[in-house]
Amino acid sequence: MADPMRVRAAENGGVVDVKILMKHDMESGQRKDAAGKTIPAWHITTLNVKANGKDVLNGQFGPAVSKDPFLNFKYKGAKGDKIVVSWVDSKGDKRTDEATAS
Amino acid sequence: MNQQRRSLLKYSAVFGLMASAGLISVAQAQEWNKAAFEGKSLDEVFKILGANSPDKSAAVTLNAPDIAENGAVVPVGITTSLKAEQMAILVEKNPSSLAAQFFIPAGTEPFVTTRIKMGQTSNVYALVKADGKWNMAVKEVKVTLGGCGG
Repeated sequence: MADPMRVRAAENGGVVDVKILMKHDMESGQRKDAAGKTIPAWHITTLNVKANGKDVLNGQFGPAVSKDPFLNFKYKGAKGDKIVVSWVDSKGDKRTDEATAS
Repeated sequence: MNQQRRSLLKYSAVFGLMASAGLISVAQAQEWNKAAFEGKSLDEVFKILGANSPDKSAAVTLNAPDIAENGAVVPVGITTSLKAEQMAILVEKNPSSLAAQFFIPAGTEPFVTTRIKMGQTSNVYALVKADGKWNMAVKEVKVTLGGCGG
């Protein structure tokens, strides 16, 4: 697991529009495999986005967030802001990716 | 080894008590809110979030489709004209109601869009906490193909 995320950030009129596509199965814990056994839940739990070292968004996900979660939000920033996105999943896996606002 | 296990148990018991007493809620804001995400009903989640009876507010906008063909991917967005500190997306008829929760620091616009799963046709709730008070918007989304079972 822990494939890279895709992070896009575009500045427009002092507001940076950030789009994040995380790569994660987001197993809900409701599905059953071929043998009829429940597949245990496995999903991203916490998400943190920083711009130039400062928190711009914190999120918490339940298993009801779609596979390969997509997230879009905006914050007041400038071109060249260094954006760092990191998540932790329910198995303790981690992933951090960076992007620069353009 | 057994000794270790005992002390670990003791620790987690104390930790749980502190959490329920609200002592560490600030420091633990980054920690995953397990209780809230395991809440089975809307009321349960409202209670855990501290939003006993959120008011319907015209200032909160929930962007969701009227009909979602595929319940596994339902785009949902929240915007508000209020000064939001927290936002949450809840689905009434999902096995656990709370889908996602966001903490909005100052300087970030009160606007979030994501995609969620829905097991069946249900009301979707957008909750926004502003000035210590929870507000909400509700919309029914019809699902033709469920996204939770399979």
